[in-house]
Amino acid sequence: MKISKLYIGLLGVALVAPFVMYPVLLMKILCFALFACAFNLLLGFVGLLSFGHAVFLGTGGYVTGYLMMNTGLTPELGILGGTVAAALLGAIYGKLSVKREGIYFAMVTLALAQLMFFVFLQAPFTGGEDGMQGIPRGYLFGLIDLSDNLNMYYFVLAVFLFGFWLINRTVHSPFGQVLKAIRENEPRATSLGYNVNDYKWVAFIISAALSGLAGSTKTLVFQLASLTDVHWHMSGEVVLMTLLGGMGTIFGPLVGAAAVVGLQNFLSGGELGNYVHIIMGLIFIVCVLAFRGGIVGEIQKIVKRNFG
Amino acid sequence: MSADYVLETQNLIKEFKGFTAVDDVSLKIQRGHIHALIGPNGAGKTTVFNLLTKFLTPTSGKILFNGNDITSMKSAAIARRGVVRSFQISAVFPHLSVLENVRVALQRKEGNSFHFWKSDKVLNRLDDRAVELLESVGLGDFAGAKTVDLSYGRKRALEIATTLALEPELMLLDEPTQGMGHEDVDVVADLIKRVSKDRTILMVEHNLHVVSKLADQITVLQRGAVLTEGDYESVSADPRVQEAYLGVAADEVQA
Ligand SMILES: Nc1ncnc2c1ncn2[C@@H]1O[C@H](COP(=O)(O)OP(=O)(O)O)[C@@H](O)[C@H]1O
Ligand SMILES: [Mg+2]
Repeated sequence: MKISKLYIGLLGVALVAPFVMYPVLLMKILCFALFACAFNLLLGFVGLLSFGHAVFLGTGGYVTGYLMMNTGLTPELGILGGTVAAALLGAIYGKLSVKREGIYFAMVTLALAQLMFFVFLQAPFTGGEDGMQGIPRGYLFGLIDLSDNLNMYYFVLAVFLFGFWLINRTVHSPFGQVLKAIRENEPRATSLGYNVNDYKWVAFIISAALSGLAGSTKTLVFQLASLTDVHWHMSGEVVLMTLLGGMGTIFGPLVGAAAVVGLQNFLSGGELGNYVHIIMGLIFIVCVLAFRGGIVGEIQKIVKRNFG
Repeated sequence: MSADYVLETQNLIKEFKGFTAVDDVSLKIQRGHIHALIGPNGAGKTTVFNLLTKFLTPTSGKILFNGNDITSMKSAAIARRGVVRSFQISAVFPHLSVLENVRVALQRKEGNSFHFWKSDKVLNRLDDRAVELLESVGLGDFAGAKTVDLSYGRKRALEIATTLALEPELMLLDEPTQGMGHEDVDVVADLIKRVSKDRTILMVEHNLHVVSKLADQITVLQRGAVLTEGDYESVSADPRVQEAYLGVAADEVQA
């Protein structure tokens, strides 16, 4: 009951938000929130720390950008194309990485992501250092003009809600139940007859696909696909968002993404612009040392202590 | 005929960097038996379990289950065949509820374990069976509890319920009474006796009182090799066993 009221309240806020705040900033937050939620599916619910997740964000972006510039596809198909590409890459990379444990998994995902970084740097269609610019947003289903920021906003919101719902569903599904068992006690899950690597692999693909969906959507919002999105900085940023917001919680990545994007936006305007990275780093350190649960995790603890 | 034996190992060897932890072990586990594997600490009992369930790969030797060679199969596949193990350290899913622990085992045969698009409410139809299993190990009142909050003895009982959910043909229990007080030991021993009805159990057990009460057949391991085999009478009368094992634990027998 409480939860569904919370959901309805948030949805209401999301619907009126573009009349109060700059829609492009809101769309940026939603795209990163989806990216962080997808990342959190692996980190928070399977216990896998990927250090190369930007590769899926960037692949989604480039492929959608390419499709929109060169094929005249409608935006929903362009996004679908980017998402499928990220899922396929996720299937390959997941196969290669989920067997590894702990720090080795992080290293393999980082190395594989760097590999694609150089591909995107060199490939003729990506525009190299300049990236792809002036990507058309197009007409949704051939009908709705997305160059209108308000239309675009509601489309991005719908995409986000779909992704958010799917992650939530995955966590609370028969599959999610097995994932929890694996996270809790992997040898025991094996001894019950579960091929744990297969489950991790499927979770990896879902996470990659939704990261790609986030990247594809982001590319349409900014009409730009660039190396920033595949850079390892971006992989680090999604770790920061998730930990800051609260890993393993449903709303944590959303809150973390909003906090990071909002803060970057705030700082980049003022004199502190040059110190963005340092300030982010400090926040990260404080968060890891003092607030292990992240913002949402800590709030949950307080609520439990006082009302539970 | 080998059909009498659920499990057989032939000349099983496991070496760790030049150190032989399991040395030429050939076991025959008769169907319907409770078979105890005993021996001093470090004798290689847990390692044998790890080999049987492929948590470790044998250096050489063969493992036959119902006459079929399963030496090259993977852990999860062996479990699906019907050989399910427990662990020396209690193996539960601490942050799932007690009911969910059993349900996640029941779920495997439902064939929906990859269905990420379905609500986990579809698993509710397993609840009755899960509660039944919990009742059979005396945990009926704890279905809704969080597993971390259970006492040690109850965690071990839950582990047995979870293992039973898979209806294994062969249950491997690694020191199921380790670290328990007297009352818990008796409860778990009775429980093992009860669940052994239609299945075969191979158990590692230090408590000789439990062994004498439960075991149809005993294999004694020492430094990785089989020292002797037989029923409790003959094994406990063997002077080599008394020296290697019983001498140390003599007071435990009287207890
Ligand atoms: N993974 C491993 N690597 C190296 N040595 C091991 C490993 N597992 C067990 N051993 C060694 O094998 C011997 C037997 O151990 P174990 O099977 O646990 O004995 P038990 O269960 O009978 O007490 C011990 O000396 C132990 O140190
Ligand atoms: Mg042992």
